[in-house]
Amino acid sequence: MKILVAVKRVVDFNVKVHVKSDGSGVDIANVKMSMNPFDEIAVEEAVRLREAGKATEVIVVSCGPTQCQETLRTALAIGADRAILVQTDEELQPLAVAKILKAIFDREKPGLTILGKQAIDDDSNQTGQMLAALAGVGQATFASKLALADGSAQVTREVDGGLTTVAVKLPAVVTTDLRLNEPRYVTLPNIMKAKKKPLETITPQALGVDARARLQTLRTAEPAQRKAGIRVPDVATLVQKLRNEAKVID
Amino acid sequence: MTALILAEHDNKRLRSSTLNVVGAAGRLGGEVHVLVAGGGCADVARQAAQVAGVNKVLLADAPHLAEELAECVAEQVVALAKRYSHVLAPATSFGKDVLPRAAARHDCALVSDIVAIDSPDTFARPIYAGNAIATVRCAEPIKFVTVRPTAFEPAAAQGGSAAVESVPAAPDPGVSQFVSRESAKLDRPELQGARIVVSGGRGLGSADNFKLLEKLADRLNAALGASRAAVDAGYAPNDWQVGQTGKIVAPQLYLAIGISGAIQHLAGMKDSKVIVAINKDPDAPIFQIADYGLVADLFEALPQLLKELGN
Repeated sequence: MKILVAVKRVVDFNVKVHVKSDGSGVDIANVKMSMNPFDEIAVEEAVRLREAGKATEVIVVSCGPTQCQETLRTALAIGADRAILVQTDEELQPLAVAKILKAIFDREKPGLTILGKQAIDDDSNQTGQMLAALAGVGQATFASKLALADGSAQVTREVDGGLTTVAVKLPAVVTTDLRLNEPRYVTLPNIMKAKKKPLETITPQALGVDARARLQTLRTAEPAQRKAGIRVPDVATLVQKLRNEAKVID
Repeated sequence: MTALILAEHDNKRLRSSTLNVVGAAGRLGGEVHVLVAGGGCADVARQAAQVAGVNKVLLADAPHLAEELAECVAEQVVALAKRYSHVLAPATSFGKDVLPRAAARHDCALVSDIVAIDSPDTFARPIYAGNAIATVRCAEPIKFVTVRPTAFEPAAAQGGSAAVESVPAAPDPGVSQFVSRESAKLDRPELQGARIVVSGGRGLGSADNFKLLEKLADRLNAALGASRAAVDAGYAPNDWQVGQTGKIVAPQLYLAIGISGAIQHLAGMKDSKVIVAINKDPDAPIFQIADYGLVADLFEALPQLLKELGN
């Protein structure tokens, strides 16, 4: 069984982004880019399944500019077997990415497709669910535990107020939450090995996908800033302020 | 123009997140219909009919709709969506799971997690974990939107008198099955819905010391959180993590104890109403966003805090 994993190149989670002064977007020139953390968990899970003999091949796919090759190489260094870059310099929104992934899904016929639950740049949390809809398969989002057996995936999901476990027939789409696993550190020998693994480049047009943006971002603004607070000299003053000034405790 | 709201419930009670979405839908200016899809959920439909501002309730009642399975609930939304200008759901784990699936079935984009409505087709939503707010126009024939509940005033639970109309249940696609549910222990509020959150950082120094926070959380009826540094150090479980890659919270009161305030942590809590920071480092970045900062050794401050709070 093949496992398909989608990975996105995003601004590193340690970078504080700034809104451009003309409100046209977020300034990401010259900032550190990394693999979306939830996608890293997705790659790790797929590689573990292959290492456990539950899968035969792990294919990683990324959609975006040429630089996504770096992200794909990182996934290959974690242990994925081959990579596909669906290259475009256009803005890609979740529905477009889901359509591209559906085209790859049809070509590769993976038993399981794993994505991060959301990308930490646009925070959409849509692509996995949309891919499952387009492919007409089951979905298990926000996974914190995944087990494969008898043509189905048993997935424990992190939901508001607890956990729920579902069984989805394969092929299926799973999206990862933080607790699913802790990705391994990538070692130098594996980085070297990853350079030799196959990486195919294709375009959305070649896949027959209309990837045009549907939503128009009119402007991007800084969120309302918090006004500077005060220092309190001791615990007694703090508690008095919380009770009488902020009125947030009894 | 009529909006359809996908209600969130447990087959017995309508969840309060639904009231916030009804509140948001009121800004659109058209009629508001509520879809209650579940199993044995007629009581929920009656509750939804009483919500102020709701014009009609659609009840889809079938066993396969009982467990919030995305495939089944999305199918129900797909069957009804064509009649509506907007389809809204709370941006909770339920709404986020179901609505993108329904939107894609209609070949429509979805606007996630909106925090403001500028006009019926223009919405504001946080990106980069709230470090920027994007204003987005959606020209789709059906506008699928998930709504951040904390950003909108809830509609009154009483005062409405909508009719309840039964609709045929959409067929079960048969690709998934519910296995089990494990509710979080109820002795403490859930991190994302809590009125008060007590969070610890690497300054706590050990998993044992995190127990000091539990006492404080118990006294304040607060949820417990942690910084990524504390989680990575093994002091606290991963599901306590507040931050860009953890949970995003916006309680009335957020107590950051021994947390320096890394960017990725701030992204997860800076929309809290009141922020308190206790840290022995006077230059810790957390003080730049704290309403009340106390420079102190937390091991001295915590016992004093418990004493002052009357415990």
